[in-house]
Amino acid sequence: MALQPSSGGPRRIRVGDGPLARTLLIGTVLLVTALVLVAPLIAIFAEAFRQGIGAYAASFADPDTRYAIGLTVFTALIVVPINVAFGIAAAWCIAKFRFTGRNLLVALVELPFSISPIIAGVAYLFVYGAQGLLGPWLEAHDIKIMFAVPAIILASLFVTAPFVARELIPLMIAQGSEEEEAAVTLGAGGWRILRLVTLPNVRFALLYGAALCNARVMGEFGAVSVVAGNIRGQTNTLPLQIELLYQDNNAIAAFAIATILTAVALVTLVAKAIIERLDARRAALTGEPTVKVAAKAGH
Amino acid sequence: MNRVIPGLPLSLGITLLYLSLIVLLPLGALVWQASGVGLERYLAIMSGGRTASAFQVTLSMAALATLFNAVYGLALAWVLVRYDFPGKRLLDALVDVPFALPTAVAGLALSALFVSNGWFGAPLAALGIKVAYTPLGIAAAMAFTSIPFVVRTVQPVLEDLAADVEEVAATLGASDWRIFTRIIFPAIFPAFLTGASLGFARSLGEFGAIIFIAGNLPMKTEVVSLLTFIRIEEYDYPAAAAIAATLLGLAFVMLFLVNMIQLWQQRRIGRGD
Repeated sequence: MALQPSSGGPRRIRVGDGPLARTLLIGTVLLVTALVLVAPLIAIFAEAFRQGIGAYAASFADPDTRYAIGLTVFTALIVVPINVAFGIAAAWCIAKFRFTGRNLLVALVELPFSISPIIAGVAYLFVYGAQGLLGPWLEAHDIKIMFAVPAIILASLFVTAPFVARELIPLMIAQGSEEEEAAVTLGAGGWRILRLVTLPNVRFALLYGAALCNARVMGEFGAVSVVAGNIRGQTNTLPLQIELLYQDNNAIAAFAIATILTAVALVTLVAKAIIERLDARRAALTGEPTVKVAAKAGH
Repeated sequence: MNRVIPGLPLSLGITLLYLSLIVLLPLGALVWQASGVGLERYLAIMSGGRTASAFQVTLSMAALATLFNAVYGLALAWVLVRYDFPGKRLLDALVDVPFALPTAVAGLALSALFVSNGWFGAPLAALGIKVAYTPLGIAAAMAFTSIPFVVRTVQPVLEDLAADVEEVAATLGASDWRIFTRIIFPAIFPAFLTGASLGFARSLGEFGAIIFIAGNLPMKTEVVSLLTFIRIEEYDYPAAAAIAATLLGLAFVMLFLVNMIQLWQQRRIGRGD
Protein backbone atom coordinates (compact mmCIF):
# COMPACT_ATOMS: atom_id res chain seq x y z
CA MET A 1 0.00 0.00 0.00
CA ALA A 2 1.29 3.46 -0.82
CA LEU A 3 1.78 5.71 2.14
CA GLN A 4 -0.25 8.85 2.49
CA PRO A 5 1.90 11.94 1.93
CA SER A 6 2.40 13.73 5.24
CA SER A 7 0.97 17.22 5.32
CA GLY A 8 3.01 19.44 3.09
CA GLY A 9 6.13 17.27 3.18
CA PRO A 10 7.39 15.11 0.33
CA ARG A 11 5.98 11.59 -0.08
CA ARG A 12 8.07 9.14 1.89
CA ILE A 13 9.97 6.76 -0.33
CA ARG A 14 10.12 3.08 0.52
CA VAL A 15 12.39 0.43 -0.92
CA GLY A 16 11.67 -0.18 -4.58
CA ASP A 17 9.45 2.90 -4.93
CA GLY A 18 11.88 4.57 -7.32
CA PRO A 19 10.50 4.89 -10.86
CA LEU A 20 13.11 2.60 -12.41
CA ALA A 21 12.72 -0.32 -9.97
CA ARG A 22 8.96 0.07 -10.07
CA THR A 23 8.64 0.05 -13.84
CA LEU A 24 11.14 -2.76 -14.24
CA LEU A 25 9.51 -5.01 -11.64
CA ILE A 26 5.92 -4.43 -12.72
CA GLY A 27 6.89 -4.84 -16.37
CA THR A 28 8.79 -8.08 -15.83
CA VAL A 29 6.11 -9.61 -13.64
CA LEU A 30 3.34 -8.71 -16.08
CA LEU A 31 5.31 -10.13 -19.00
CA VAL A 32 6.13 -13.41 -17.24
CA THR A 33 2.54 -13.69 -16.01
CA ALA A 34 1.23 -13.21 -19.54
CA LEU A 35 3.50 -16.04 -20.68
CA VAL A 36 2.98 -18.53 -17.86
CA LEU A 37 -0.58 -17.88 -16.70
CA VAL A 38 -2.48 -16.15 -19.49
CA ALA A 39 -1.03 -17.92 -22.54
CA PRO A 40 -2.11 -21.41 -21.37
CA LEU A 41 -5.69 -20.18 -20.88
CA ILE A 42 -5.78 -18.64 -24.34
CA ALA A 43 -4.16 -21.72 -25.88
CA ILE A 44 -6.98 -23.93 -24.61
CA PHE A 45 -9.62 -21.88 -26.42
CA ALA A 46 -7.46 -21.34 -29.52
CA GLU A 47 -6.92 -25.08 -29.90
CA ALA A 48 -10.56 -25.92 -29.21
CA PHE A 49 -11.78 -23.53 -31.94
CA ARG A 50 -8.93 -24.26 -34.36
CA GLN A 51 -11.33 -25.84 -36.87
CA GLY A 52 -14.19 -23.52 -36.21
CA ILE A 53 -17.21 -23.56 -34.03
CA GLY A 54 -18.80 -26.47 -35.88
CA ALA A 55 -16.01 -28.89 -35.02
CA TYR A 56 -16.05 -27.54 -31.47
CA ALA A 57 -19.76 -28.14 -31.05
CA ALA A 58 -19.54 -31.56 -32.70
CA SER A 59 -17.18 -32.67 -29.92
CA PHE A 60 -20.08 -32.66 -27.52
CA ALA A 61 -22.20 -34.99 -29.65
CA ASP A 62 -20.01 -37.94 -28.63
CA PRO A 63 -22.09 -40.10 -26.25
CA ASP A 64 -19.00 -40.96 -24.19
CA THR A 65 -18.30 -37.27 -23.67
CA ARG A 66 -21.92 -36.68 -22.70
CA TYR A 67 -21.72 -39.55 -20.26
CA ALA A 68 -18.51 -38.07 -18.81
CA ILE A 69 -20.23 -34.72 -18.30
CA GLY A 70 -23.08 -36.44 -16.48
CA LEU A 71 -20.76 -38.52 -14.31
CA THR A 72 -18.67 -35.49 -13.39
CA VAL A 73 -21.71 -33.45 -12.38
CA PHE A 74 -23.14 -36.43 -10.48
CA THR A 75 -19.87 -36.89 -8.57
CA ALA A 76 -19.74 -33.21 -7.67
CA LEU A 77 -23.38 -33.27 -6.50
CA ILE A 78 -22.53 -36.02 -4.03
CA VAL A 79 -19.04 -35.00 -2.96
CA VAL A 80 -19.54 -31.26 -2.41
CA PRO A 81 -22.46 -31.53 0.06
CA ILE A 82 -20.68 -34.27 2.03
CA ASN A 83 -17.51 -32.23 2.33
CA VAL A 84 -19.50 -29.10 3.19
CA ALA A 85 -21.12 -31.04 6.05
CA PHE A 86 -17.75 -32.41 7.13
CA GLY A 87 -16.20 -28.94 6.92
CA ILE A 88 -18.90 -27.49 9.17
CA ALA A 89 -18.56 -30.31 11.71
CA ALA A 90 -14.76 -30.08 11.76
CA ALA A 91 -14.78 -26.28 12.03
CA TRP A 92 -17.40 -26.40 14.81
CA CYS A 93 -15.40 -28.67 17.09
CA ILE A 94 -12.01 -27.13 16.25
CA ALA A 95 -13.04 -23.45 16.42
CA LYS A 96 -15.50 -23.51 19.33
CA PHE A 97 -13.76 -25.88 21.74
CA ARG A 98 -10.36 -26.69 23.16
CA PHE A 99 -9.39 -30.29 23.76
CA THR A 100 -6.30 -32.47 23.79
CA GLY A 101 -5.13 -33.35 20.32
CA ARG A 102 -6.87 -30.37 18.75
CA ASN A 103 -3.75 -29.30 16.83
CA LEU A 104 -3.26 -32.85 15.64
CA LEU A 105 -6.84 -32.87 14.39
CA VAL A 106 -6.21 -29.65 12.42
CA ALA A 107 -3.16 -31.26 10.83
CA LEU A 108 -5.19 -34.36 10.02
CA VAL A 109 -7.94 -32.30 8.38
CA GLU A 110 -5.36 -30.63 6.12
CA LEU A 111 -3.42 -33.81 5.42
CA PRO A 112 -5.02 -34.62 2.03
CA PHE A 113 -3.59 -31.34 0.68
CA SER A 114 -0.08 -32.66 1.17
CA ILE A 115 -0.66 -36.03 -0.40
CA SER A 116 -0.27 -36.67 -4.10
CA PRO A 117 -3.58 -37.67 -5.70
CA ILE A 118 -1.79 -40.70 -7.15
CA ILE A 119 -0.98 -41.87 -3.62
CA ALA A 120 -4.60 -41.34 -2.65
CA GLY A 121 -5.74 -43.49 -5.57
CA VAL A 122 -3.26 -46.25 -4.79
CA ALA A 123 -4.22 -46.15 -1.11
CA TYR A 124 -7.91 -46.62 -2.00
CA LEU A 125 -6.97 -49.53 -4.24
CA PHE A 126 -5.32 -51.17 -1.25
CA VAL A 127 -8.57 -50.86 0.71
CA TYR A 128 -11.24 -51.75 -1.82
CA GLY A 129 -9.30 -53.55 -4.58
CA ALA A 130 -9.41 -57.33 -5.01
CA GLN A 131 -6.17 -57.71 -3.02
CA GLY A 132 -7.01 -54.86 -0.68
CA LEU A 133 -7.88 -54.80 3.00
CA LEU A 134 -11.61 -55.19 2.42
CA GLY A 135 -11.33 -56.76 -1.04
CA PRO A 136 -12.15 -60.38 -0.13
CA TRP A 137 -15.07 -59.33 2.07
CA LEU A 138 -16.50 -57.06 -0.64
CA GLU A 139 -16.16 -59.80 -3.21
CA ALA A 140 -17.89 -62.31 -0.95
CA HIS A 141 -20.80 -59.89 -0.58
CA ASP A 142 -20.77 -58.99 -4.27
CA ILE A 143 -20.20 -55.28 -3.65
CA LYS A 144 -18.29 -53.47 -6.38
CA ILE A 145 -16.50 -50.31 -5.35
CA MET A 146 -13.21 -50.35 -7.24
CA PHE A 147 -13.16 -49.42 -10.92
CA ALA A 148 -16.71 -48.14 -10.54
CA VAL A 149 -18.50 -44.94 -9.60
CA PRO A 150 -18.27 -45.46 -5.78
CA ALA A 151 -14.46 -45.45 -6.01
CA ILE A 152 -14.52 -42.21 -8.00
CA ILE A 153 -16.67 -40.64 -5.30
CA LEU A 154 -14.49 -41.95 -2.46
CA ALA A 155 -11.25 -40.75 -4.07
CA SER A 156 -12.81 -37.33 -4.73
CA LEU A 157 -13.96 -37.14 -1.09
CA PHE A 158 -10.38 -37.74 0.05
CA VAL A 159 -8.81 -35.18 -2.25
CA THR A 160 -11.29 -32.39 -1.44
CA ALA A 161 -11.93 -33.11 2.25
CA PRO A 162 -10.00 -30.05 3.53
CA PHE A 163 -11.44 -27.38 1.21
CA VAL A 164 -14.45 -26.18 3.22
CA ALA A 165 -12.92 -26.86 6.64
CA ARG A 166 -9.82 -24.86 5.79
CA GLU A 167 -11.88 -21.79 4.88
CA LEU A 168 -14.13 -22.04 7.95
CA ILE A 169 -11.69 -22.86 10.76
CA PRO A 170 -9.57 -19.67 10.84
CA LEU A 171 -12.61 -17.46 10.34
CA MET A 172 -14.64 -19.12 13.10
CA ILE A 173 -11.66 -18.91 15.46
CA ALA A 174 -11.23 -15.22 14.67
CA GLN A 175 -14.94 -14.51 15.17
CA GLY A 176 -14.92 -16.07 18.63
CA SER A 177 -17.89 -17.63 20.37
CA GLU A 178 -19.57 -14.67 22.05
CA GLU A 179 -22.60 -14.65 19.79
CA GLU A 180 -23.11 -18.39 20.22
CA GLU A 181 -22.75 -18.06 23.99
CA ALA A 182 -25.35 -15.30 24.00
CA ALA A 183 -27.67 -17.52 21.98
CA VAL A 184 -27.20 -20.34 24.49
CA THR A 185 -28.07 -17.97 27.34
CA LEU A 186 -31.23 -17.04 25.46
CA GLY A 187 -32.15 -20.70 25.36
CA ALA A 188 -31.31 -21.63 21.77
CA GLY A 189 -30.31 -25.21 20.97
CA GLY A 190 -27.25 -26.29 19.02
CA TRP A 191 -28.89 -26.68 15.60
CA ARG A 192 -30.66 -23.36 15.94
CA ILE A 193 -27.41 -21.62 16.84
CA LEU A 194 -25.65 -23.23 13.89
CA ARG A 195 -28.41 -22.26 11.48
CA LEU A 196 -29.19 -18.77 12.74
CA VAL A 197 -25.92 -17.51 14.19
CA THR A 198 -22.83 -19.35 13.04
CA LEU A 199 -23.58 -20.18 9.41
CA PRO A 200 -24.82 -16.69 8.50
CA ASN A 201 -21.59 -15.30 9.98
CA VAL A 202 -19.39 -17.54 7.86
CA ARG A 203 -21.58 -17.75 4.76
CA PHE A 204 -19.02 -16.25 2.39
CA ALA A 205 -16.21 -18.52 3.51
CA LEU A 206 -18.59 -21.46 3.24
CA LEU A 207 -19.59 -20.52 -0.30
CA TYR A 208 -16.02 -20.02 -1.37
CA GLY A 209 -14.90 -23.32 0.15
CA ALA A 210 -17.76 -25.12 -1.60
CA ALA A 211 -16.90 -23.46 -4.93
CA LEU A 212 -13.25 -24.49 -4.65
CA CYS A 213 -14.26 -27.99 -3.61
CA ASN A 214 -16.55 -28.23 -6.64
CA ALA A 215 -13.88 -27.06 -9.08
CA ARG A 216 -11.42 -29.57 -7.68
CA VAL A 217 -13.90 -32.47 -7.76
CA MET A 218 -14.78 -31.78 -11.38
CA GLY A 219 -11.11 -31.49 -12.33
CA GLU A 220 -9.58 -34.26 -10.24
CA PHE A 221 -7.42 -36.46 -12.41
CA GLY A 222 -4.67 -38.40 -10.59
CA ALA A 223 -6.68 -40.09 -7.85
CA VAL A 224 -9.63 -40.78 -10.11
CA SER A 225 -7.50 -42.20 -12.90
CA VAL A 226 -6.12 -44.85 -10.52
CA VAL A 227 -9.47 -45.93 -9.10
CA ALA A 228 -11.70 -45.49 -12.15
CA GLY A 229 -10.05 -48.03 -14.39
CA ASN A 230 -10.88 -45.84 -17.41
CA ILE A 231 -13.81 -47.79 -18.73
CA ARG A 232 -15.22 -45.93 -21.70
CA GLY A 233 -18.76 -44.75 -21.14
CA GLN A 234 -18.78 -46.16 -17.61
CA THR A 235 -16.15 -44.62 -15.38
CA ASN A 236 -14.77 -41.72 -17.39
CA THR A 237 -15.08 -38.34 -15.77
CA LEU A 238 -14.30 -35.24 -17.85
CA PRO A 239 -10.56 -35.07 -17.07
CA LEU A 240 -10.18 -38.78 -17.91
CA GLN A 241 -12.13 -38.26 -21.10
CA ILE A 242 -9.72 -35.45 -22.03
CA GLU A 243 -6.76 -37.80 -21.70
CA LEU A 244 -8.51 -40.54 -23.65
CA LEU A 245 -9.38 -38.22 -26.55
CA TYR A 246 -5.89 -36.74 -26.53
CA GLN A 247 -4.37 -40.21 -26.80
CA ASP A 248 -6.81 -40.98 -29.61
CA ASN A 249 -5.35 -37.95 -31.43
CA ASN A 250 -8.68 -36.21 -31.17
CA ALA A 251 -7.14 -32.94 -30.00
CA ILE A 252 -10.10 -30.73 -30.93
CA ALA A 253 -12.46 -32.75 -28.74
CA ALA A 254 -9.92 -32.92 -25.89
CA PHE A 255 -9.53 -29.14 -25.93
CA ALA A 256 -13.27 -28.65 -26.34
CA ILE A 257 -13.86 -30.52 -23.08
CA ALA A 258 -10.99 -28.61 -21.53
CA THR A 259 -12.83 -25.35 -22.27
CA ILE A 260 -15.73 -26.50 -20.04
CA LEU A 261 -13.41 -27.24 -17.13
CA THR A 262 -11.53 -24.00 -17.74
CA ALA A 263 -14.85 -22.13 -17.63
CA VAL A 264 -15.65 -23.83 -14.30
CA ALA A 265 -12.25 -22.72 -12.97
CA LEU A 266 -12.66 -19.14 -14.18
CA VAL A 267 -16.19 -18.89 -12.77
CA THR A 268 -14.81 -20.14 -9.45
CA LEU A 269 -12.17 -17.41 -9.45
CA VAL A 270 -14.70 -14.72 -10.36
CA ALA A 271 -16.95 -16.03 -7.57
CA LYS A 272 -13.98 -15.75 -5.22
CA ALA A 273 -13.45 -12.11 -6.18
CA ILE A 274 -17.16 -11.31 -5.71
CA ILE A 275 -17.33 -13.17 -2.40
CA GLU A 276 -14.26 -11.34 -1.14
CA ARG A 277 -15.82 -8.01 -1.99
CA LEU A 278 -19.15 -8.87 -0.32
CA ASP A 279 -17.25 -10.19 2.68
CA ALA A 280 -15.25 -6.97 2.96
CA ARG A 281 -18.53 -5.03 2.97
CA ARG A 282 -19.95 -7.29 5.69
CA ALA A 283 -16.77 -6.88 7.74
CA ALA A 284 -16.91 -3.09 7.37
CA LEU A 285 -20.52 -3.05 8.54
CA THR A 286 -20.14 -5.39 11.50
CA GLY A 287 -16.55 -4.67 12.49
CA GLU A 288 -15.78 -8.38 12.29
CA PRO A 289 -12.74 -9.86 10.55
CA THR A 290 -12.90 -10.66 6.85
CA VAL A 291 -12.21 -14.18 5.64
CA LYS A 292 -8.84 -12.99 4.34
CA VAL A 293 -7.76 -11.33 7.59
CA ALA A 294 -8.96 -14.30 9.61
CA ALA A 295 -7.00 -16.69 7.42
CA LYS A 296 -3.91 -14.59 7.97
CA ALA A 297 -4.39 -14.58 11.73
CA GLY A 298 -4.89 -18.32 11.69
CA HIS A 299 -1.37 -18.95 10.42
CA MET B 1 -13.14 -21.14 25.46
CA ASN B 2 -16.13 -22.69 27.06
CA ARG B 3 -18.32 -25.66 27.67
CA VAL B 4 -21.63 -23.85 27.33
CA ILE B 5 -21.88 -24.24 23.58
CA PRO B 6 -23.39 -27.60 22.67
CA GLY B 7 -22.37 -30.02 19.96
CA LEU B 8 -18.81 -31.03 20.81
CA PRO B 9 -19.46 -34.78 21.02
CA LEU B 10 -21.49 -34.80 17.81
CA SER B 11 -19.20 -32.59 15.70
CA LEU B 12 -16.02 -34.22 17.00
CA GLY B 13 -17.54 -37.65 16.49
CA ILE B 14 -18.49 -36.90 12.89
CA THR B 15 -15.08 -35.38 12.18
CA LEU B 16 -13.13 -38.30 13.63
CA LEU B 17 -15.33 -40.93 11.99
CA TYR B 18 -15.12 -39.24 8.60
CA LEU B 19 -11.37 -38.71 8.76
CA SER B 20 -10.87 -42.31 9.85
CA LEU B 21 -12.88 -43.68 6.95
CA ILE B 22 -11.81 -41.29 4.21
CA VAL B 23 -8.21 -40.45 5.14
CA LEU B 24 -6.74 -42.81 7.72
CA LEU B 25 -8.15 -46.11 6.48
CA PRO B 26 -6.68 -45.80 2.95
CA LEU B 27 -3.35 -44.41 4.18
CA GLY B 28 -3.20 -47.21 6.73
CA ALA B 29 -3.92 -49.74 3.99
CA LEU B 30 -1.07 -48.29 1.93
CA VAL B 31 1.35 -48.56 4.85
CA TRP B 32 0.08 -52.08 5.56
CA GLN B 33 0.61 -53.13 1.96
CA ALA B 34 4.07 -51.53 1.86
CA SER B 35 5.17 -53.13 5.13
CA GLY B 36 4.28 -56.51 3.64
CA VAL B 37 6.89 -55.97 0.96
CA GLY B 38 9.81 -56.56 3.28
CA LEU B 39 13.01 -54.57 3.56
CA GLU B 40 15.10 -56.57 1.14
CA ARG B 41 12.53 -56.44 -1.63
CA TYR B 42 11.86 -52.78 -0.89
CA LEU B 43 15.52 -51.91 -1.38
CA ALA B 44 15.61 -53.96 -4.58
CA ILE B 45 12.55 -52.10 -5.94
CA MET B 46 13.87 -48.70 -4.98
CA SER B 47 17.36 -49.23 -6.32
CA GLY B 48 16.09 -50.61 -9.62
CA GLY B 49 17.24 -48.44 -12.53
CA ARG B 50 13.78 -47.31 -13.58
CA THR B 51 12.67 -46.36 -10.06
CA ALA B 52 15.92 -44.62 -9.20
CA SER B 53 15.82 -42.70 -12.46
CA ALA B 54 12.20 -41.68 -11.85
CA PHE B 55 13.09 -40.34 -8.40
CA GLN B 56 16.11 -38.54 -9.80
CA VAL B 57 14.22 -36.78 -12.58
CA THR B 58 11.29 -35.96 -10.26
CA LEU B 59 13.49 -34.47 -7.52
CA SER B 60 15.72 -32.48 -9.87
CA MET B 61 12.89 -31.07 -11.96
CA ALA B 62 10.90 -30.24 -8.80
CA ALA B 63 13.96 -28.33 -7.59
CA LEU B 64 14.18 -26.46 -10.89
CA ALA B 65 10.46 -25.62 -10.81
CA THR B 66 10.78 -24.44 -7.20
CA LEU B 67 13.71 -22.23 -8.13
CA PHE B 68 11.65 -20.59 -10.86
CA ASN B 69 8.72 -20.04 -8.52
CA ALA B 70 10.95 -18.74 -5.74
CA VAL B 71 12.07 -15.87 -7.97
CA TYR B 72 8.85 -15.29 -9.89
CA GLY B 73 6.64 -15.82 -6.84
CA LEU B 74 8.63 -13.38 -4.74
CA ALA B 75 8.57 -10.74 -7.49
CA LEU B 76 4.84 -11.31 -7.97
CA ALA B 77 4.10 -10.98 -4.25
CA TRP B 78 6.24 -7.84 -4.10
CA VAL B 79 4.52 -6.20 -7.05
CA LEU B 80 1.06 -7.06 -5.67
CA VAL B 81 1.81 -5.67 -2.21
CA ARG B 82 4.00 -2.66 -2.94
CA TYR B 83 2.61 -1.06 -6.07
CA ASP B 84 -0.68 0.21 -7.40
CA PHE B 85 -1.22 -0.10 -11.11
CA PRO B 86 -4.06 -0.77 -13.53
CA GLY B 87 -4.95 -4.45 -13.69
CA LYS B 88 -3.59 -5.25 -10.25
CA ARG B 89 -6.78 -6.98 -9.11
CA LEU B 90 -6.81 -9.08 -12.26
CA LEU B 91 -3.18 -10.05 -11.66
CA ASP B 92 -4.05 -11.02 -8.10
CA ALA B 93 -6.92 -13.20 -9.33
CA LEU B 94 -4.73 -14.81 -12.01
CA VAL B 95 -2.37 -16.13 -9.33
CA ASP B 96 -5.02 -18.66 -8.31
CA VAL B 97 -5.50 -20.03 -11.82
CA PRO B 98 -3.17 -23.02 -11.26
CA PHE B 99 -5.16 -24.02 -8.16
CA ALA B 100 -8.51 -23.73 -9.88
CA LEU B 101 -7.58 -25.18 -13.26
CA PRO B 102 -7.66 -29.00 -13.44
CA THR B 103 -4.17 -30.44 -13.80
CA ALA B 104 -5.13 -32.38 -16.92
CA VAL B 105 -6.27 -29.15 -18.56
CA ALA B 106 -3.04 -27.43 -17.53
CA GLY B 107 -1.02 -30.28 -18.99
CA LEU B 108 -2.99 -30.17 -22.21
CA ALA B 109 -2.49 -26.41 -22.54
CA LEU B 110 1.22 -26.57 -21.76
CA SER B 111 1.80 -29.33 -24.27
CA ALA B 112 0.02 -27.26 -26.93
CA LEU B 113 2.27 -24.31 -26.12
CA PHE B 114 5.54 -26.23 -26.01
CA VAL B 115 5.25 -28.70 -28.91
CA SER B 116 7.67 -27.89 -31.73
CA ASN B 117 5.07 -25.90 -33.68
CA GLY B 118 3.48 -24.32 -30.59
CA TRP B 119 3.55 -20.66 -29.56
CA PHE B 120 6.49 -21.27 -27.22
CA GLY B 121 7.88 -24.41 -28.82
CA ALA B 122 8.60 -22.88 -32.23
CA PRO B 123 10.72 -19.94 -31.05
CA LEU B 124 12.45 -22.16 -28.48
CA ALA B 125 13.22 -24.73 -31.17
CA ALA B 126 14.87 -21.96 -33.21
CA LEU B 127 17.15 -21.44 -30.20
CA GLY B 128 17.82 -25.15 -30.06
CA ILE B 129 15.82 -25.68 -26.84
CA LYS B 130 13.33 -28.54 -26.61
CA VAL B 131 10.85 -28.52 -23.75
CA ALA B 132 8.02 -30.86 -24.70
CA TYR B 133 8.89 -34.54 -24.23
CA THR B 134 12.07 -33.67 -22.31
CA PRO B 135 12.72 -33.26 -18.56
CA LEU B 136 12.27 -29.50 -19.05
CA GLY B 137 8.64 -30.19 -19.93
CA ILE B 138 8.27 -31.87 -16.53
CA ALA B 139 9.75 -28.80 -14.84
CA ALA B 140 7.41 -26.52 -16.80
CA ALA B 141 4.35 -28.50 -15.70
CA MET B 142 5.53 -28.59 -12.08
CA ALA B 143 6.30 -24.87 -12.13
CA PHE B 144 2.84 -24.01 -13.48
CA THR B 145 0.91 -26.06 -10.93
CA SER B 146 2.87 -24.67 -7.97
CA ILE B 147 2.94 -20.95 -8.85
CA PRO B 148 0.52 -19.82 -6.09
CA PHE B 149 2.43 -21.26 -3.12
CA VAL B 150 5.26 -18.72 -2.72
CA VAL B 151 3.02 -15.78 -3.69
CA ARG B 152 0.26 -16.66 -1.23
CA THR B 153 2.58 -17.34 1.70
CA VAL B 154 4.81 -14.26 1.20
CA GLN B 155 2.02 -11.79 0.32
CA PRO B 156 0.38 -11.48 3.78
CA VAL B 157 3.73 -11.21 5.58
CA LEU B 158 4.92 -8.54 3.19
CA GLU B 159 1.64 -6.65 3.74
CA ASP B 160 2.14 -6.66 7.50
CA LEU B 161 5.72 -5.46 7.33
CA ALA B 162 5.98 -2.18 9.21
CA ALA B 163 7.30 0.72 7.17
CA ASP B 164 9.16 2.41 10.00
CA VAL B 165 12.22 0.15 10.16
CA GLU B 166 12.72 0.54 6.45
CA GLU B 167 12.39 4.30 6.75
CA VAL B 168 14.83 4.56 9.62
CA ALA B 169 17.34 2.52 7.62
CA ALA B 170 16.81 4.76 4.61
CA THR B 171 17.27 7.88 6.75
CA LEU B 172 20.52 6.41 8.02
CA GLY B 173 21.66 6.19 4.44
CA ALA B 174 21.25 2.47 3.68
CA SER B 175 20.78 1.65 0.02
CA ASP B 176 17.61 0.00 -1.25
CA TRP B 177 19.42 -3.26 -1.92
CA ARG B 178 20.93 -3.28 1.56
CA ILE B 179 17.55 -2.59 3.17
CA PHE B 180 16.01 -5.39 1.14
CA THR B 181 18.69 -7.98 1.92
CA ARG B 182 19.19 -6.99 5.56
CA ILE B 183 15.70 -6.05 6.71
CA ILE B 184 12.93 -7.07 4.34
CA PHE B 185 14.14 -10.42 3.10
CA PRO B 186 15.01 -11.77 6.58
CA ALA B 187 11.51 -10.77 7.72
CA ILE B 188 9.75 -12.62 4.93
CA PHE B 189 12.24 -15.49 4.77
CA PRO B 190 10.29 -18.06 6.86
CA ALA B 191 7.14 -17.45 4.80
CA PHE B 192 9.19 -17.61 1.62
CA LEU B 193 10.73 -20.90 2.69
CA THR B 194 7.32 -22.28 3.64
CA GLY B 195 5.92 -21.39 0.23
CA ALA B 196 8.88 -22.86 -1.59
CA SER B 197 8.66 -26.09 0.44
CA LEU B 198 4.93 -26.42 -0.18
CA GLY B 199 5.51 -25.89 -3.90
CA PHE B 200 8.32 -28.42 -3.94
CA ALA B 201 6.17 -30.98 -2.13
CA ARG B 202 3.34 -30.41 -4.57
CA SER B 203 5.71 -30.87 -7.52
CA LEU B 204 6.97 -34.20 -6.17
CA GLY B 205 3.50 -35.69 -6.38
CA GLU B 206 2.27 -33.93 -9.52
CA PHE B 207 0.79 -36.22 -12.14
CA GLY B 208 -1.94 -34.81 -14.36
CA ALA B 209 -0.12 -31.79 -15.70
CA ILE B 210 3.09 -33.72 -16.32
CA ILE B 211 1.98 -36.73 -18.28
CA PHE B 212 0.66 -34.64 -21.17
CA ILE B 213 3.94 -32.89 -21.79
CA ALA B 214 6.67 -35.22 -20.50
CA GLY B 215 6.72 -37.86 -23.21
CA ASN B 216 6.86 -40.42 -20.39
CA LEU B 217 9.89 -42.38 -21.56
CA PRO B 218 11.15 -44.83 -18.92
CA MET B 219 14.58 -43.86 -17.56
CA LYS B 220 14.28 -40.41 -19.15
CA THR B 221 11.05 -38.51 -18.63
CA GLU B 222 9.05 -40.78 -16.35
CA VAL B 223 8.15 -39.21 -12.99
CA VAL B 224 7.57 -41.12 -9.76
CA SER B 225 3.80 -40.64 -9.71
CA LEU B 226 3.53 -42.03 -13.24
CA LEU B 227 5.73 -45.00 -12.42
CA THR B 228 3.45 -45.77 -9.45
CA PHE B 229 0.49 -45.64 -11.80
CA ILE B 230 2.21 -47.94 -14.31
CA ARG B 231 3.08 -50.49 -11.60
CA ILE B 232 -0.59 -50.55 -10.62
CA GLU B 233 -1.62 -51.16 -14.23
CA GLU B 234 0.90 -54.01 -14.37
CA TYR B 235 -0.61 -55.45 -11.16
CA ASP B 236 2.85 -55.14 -9.59
CA TYR B 237 1.32 -54.13 -6.25
CA PRO B 238 4.45 -54.58 -4.10
CA ALA B 239 6.37 -52.16 -6.33
CA ALA B 240 3.45 -49.71 -6.42
CA ALA B 241 3.12 -49.91 -2.63
CA ALA B 242 6.87 -49.41 -2.09
CA ILE B 243 7.07 -46.39 -4.40
CA ALA B 244 3.82 -44.83 -3.15
CA ALA B 245 4.87 -45.31 0.49
CA THR B 246 8.21 -43.64 -0.25
CA LEU B 247 6.42 -40.72 -1.88
CA LEU B 248 4.12 -40.56 1.15
CA GLY B 249 7.16 -40.54 3.43
CA LEU B 250 8.64 -37.66 1.43
CA ALA B 251 5.34 -35.78 1.78
CA PHE B 252 5.47 -36.24 5.56
CA VAL B 253 9.08 -35.02 5.67
CA MET B 254 8.07 -31.88 3.75
CA LEU B 255 5.08 -31.38 6.04
CA PHE B 256 7.34 -31.70 9.09
CA LEU B 257 9.79 -29.18 7.60
CA VAL B 258 7.01 -26.69 6.91
CA ASN B 259 5.75 -27.04 10.48
CA MET B 260 9.26 -26.50 11.83
CA ILE B 261 9.62 -23.35 9.71
CA GLN B 262 6.29 -22.08 11.00
CA LEU B 263 7.25 -22.73 14.61
CA TRP B 264 10.45 -20.82 13.98
CA GLN B 265 8.48 -17.96 12.45
CA GLN B 266 6.07 -17.83 15.40
CA ARG B 267 8.93 -17.78 17.85
CA ARG B 268 10.52 -14.91 15.94
CA ILE B 269 7.27 -12.96 16.01
CA GLY B 270 6.93 -13.73 19.72
CA ARG B 271 10.36 -12.25 20.27
CA GLY B 272 9.31 -9.13 18.44
CA ASP B 273 11.95 -9.78 15.81
